[in-house]
Amino acid sequence: MDAIILQILNGLDKGSAYALIALGLTLIFGTLGVVNFAHGALFMIGAFCAVTLSKLFNLSFETLDPTKKDFLGNPLKVKTPYVQEWFGPDVGAWLIDWSVPLAILFSIPIMVAIGFVMERGLIKHFYKRPHADQILVTFGLAIVLQEIIKSNFGANPVPTPAPEVFRGSFDFGVLLGFDPNVIIYPYWRMVYFAFAAVIIGGVFAFLQFTTFGMVVRAGMADRATVGLLGINIDKRFTIMFGLAAAVAGLAGVMYAPINSPNYHMGMDFLVLSFVVVVVGGMGSLPGAVAAGFLLGILESFASMNEVKSVIPGIDQIIIYLVAIVILLARPRGLMGRKGVMED
Amino acid sequence: MLGLNRKDTAILLVVAALAIFAPIILNLFPARSELAFFNAGYPDLMQRFVIFGIFAIGFNILFGLTGYLSFGHAAFLGVGSYAAVWMFKLLNYNVVPAILLSIVVAGLFSVVIGWISLRRSGIYFSILTLAFAEMSYRLAYSVLTPLTNGETGLQVYTDDPQVLMQAGGHIVPHLFGLEMRAREVIDVGPWQFVFPVGYYLCAILMLVSFYISIRIFRSPFGLMLRAIKSNQTRMTYTGLNPKPYTLAAFVISGMYAGLAGGLLASMDPLAGAERMQWTASGEVVIMTILGGAGTLIGPILGAGTIKYLENVFSKMNEGLLHKWFAFLPDWVESPVIWVVSKFTGEGWHLMLGGLFMLVIIALPGGLVEGGQRIMRLFGRKPKAETRTSTEPAE
Repeated sequence: MDAIILQILNGLDKGSAYALIALGLTLIFGTLGVVNFAHGALFMIGAFCAVTLSKLFNLSFETLDPTKKDFLGNPLKVKTPYVQEWFGPDVGAWLIDWSVPLAILFSIPIMVAIGFVMERGLIKHFYKRPHADQILVTFGLAIVLQEIIKSNFGANPVPTPAPEVFRGSFDFGVLLGFDPNVIIYPYWRMVYFAFAAVIIGGVFAFLQFTTFGMVVRAGMADRATVGLLGINIDKRFTIMFGLAAAVAGLAGVMYAPINSPNYHMGMDFLVLSFVVVVVGGMGSLPGAVAAGFLLGILESFASMNEVKSVIPGIDQIIIYLVAIVILLARPRGLMGRKGVMED
Repeated sequence: MLGLNRKDTAILLVVAALAIFAPIILNLFPARSELAFFNAGYPDLMQRFVIFGIFAIGFNILFGLTGYLSFGHAAFLGVGSYAAVWMFKLLNYNVVPAILLSIVVAGLFSVVIGWISLRRSGIYFSILTLAFAEMSYRLAYSVLTPLTNGETGLQVYTDDPQVLMQAGGHIVPHLFGLEMRAREVIDVGPWQFVFPVGYYLCAILMLVSFYISIRIFRSPFGLMLRAIKSNQTRMTYTGLNPKPYTLAAFVISGMYAGLAGGLLASMDPLAGAERMQWTASGEVVIMTILGGAGTLIGPILGAGTIKYLENVFSKMNEGLLHKWFAFLPDWVESPVIWVVSKFTGEGWHLMLGGLFMLVIIALPGGLVEGGQRIMRLFGRKPKAETRTSTEPAE
């Protein structure tokens, strides 16, 4: 029992990341009809926004401290971050400690801007082209973005810690009446899950309860008619692209402490997220979210030793296996709509 | 000739001539000159040209003719390599059984994957093939370690059975005694030309593959495949079942990939799982598109271009750039070098990605279409080799 709860919890944070990326992919696909292979790169750029902010806060200048001597008797060099100099030591230290959550604010405008530029500059020209061309050009873009990040931040993962208060683990088992230390769960992963839930809820509320969202949904259902009603649907879809980019970016920002960002994390997540989208059903937002969590949890169950001893290697391939079975048994995916991407 | 019409014979002969004289054509510059940097006439690189040429020719039979975009073709290449190395381990270093088995195994493997994946089309097909390739890649790294030797890569050890091995037999891959590594070096004045055995084996197999591909392009079967690409629904209405045709195309291209994998292992008896990663599948897609999908000569051009650029650009380092741009004033030189260095050496993939995007955006028909456009620009009759090409992939 405790093992099952533990695996469900473990699956939640990865599932949240899958769900957020898949949500963005589905938004883009549902609105613009474009298959975006560069979405994983947006996730990665988000994570590197967190890295950049934490590096910016840690920019420091060196002073000589005459009170301390190194072993040669010279005054010791002391590094003081600029933020500590400007805002005082306490606020400065707090800023450095909280750089990842603060990167949320920093990343939103950046991600939206990147989304706008991508859509207006590149994707726009590919609406009328076949899906294969869309896949290929965004695949090329993904390579380019990934290499730009690599040349600026290096090939190694950059550790980006969470704020001090979230670094411990929470003993979840005690809450449910198990022995202590049986089900422990890092705080930051709880934060990540809650954050993902808020974002997903926010996106759905935005689409469901605002006029803007209503127009967008109408456009997803029938783009031509909405256009004929005198609504500039292209502009709204561009904004949705920016939103989808921001969702992927935020997912990346918050994921930085869980897994140190490296330049190919986007590609790793992209393949999985595509599988998630297909399992959930192309063009179905609830399907993408549900499939994200489902596959995340399935993956963590498959990595249990009990399961692995029965079917060796299952943890590596479970997601792909599920995707193959779903695609063959239920071609439309779990919640796919009729008529979307059927050929 | 050989059942080809005049134009196709001309293409085949041009490719054959290029392949045979490649060690001379690619070594344009004297060995000790500054420009020797741009030479590509050494065995390792030439072998990669033709091996990846085979891979791309096979991929083009699937993607170029039927329009099915597979993102998992590297899996067949990897399987072929493993099969070949296993033959070295079990029999001896003769490459014939190795290459044959690698084709057969990759063919069987692609029957299974194709049978399942081809039940869907469009993007679903891409994702299914991607899923299968990723599965194979991950399994090769984890559970199948006894078969693939995991991260170390599969290689031949001295305590392997090698049942056909005689005392004093060759300990490197060979063709009935002719070692793949053997080469003839001819010095002509300041030039140096290398004629490696391994390269010529690959080149001959590439020509055979190319010939088969021409025959497929011109056959009724090839016409069926094109019908699938242009309108599958209409094809089914006329009472034809497209499935056997697509499956056949898939298996053929899988066998081409297996052959390429077997050759890779024959040139260097080592097989690693990274050959199956999906970025490797992406690479063959890039080659085919860059050259021109659906054209005869495009894939070979694409494979050659990518491998050549990869070689040249990843060799450029900052010191070399300094030497080249030394004629510029200092304040111009440093920014120029800064920009260029982002695209060379380690940053070669940036160049690749950018080039690929550029081709997709501006030149969907690839280099072949580019060549046609230039020909048209000069108002001349297009050459035979470009005119026989089909319409670019849409």
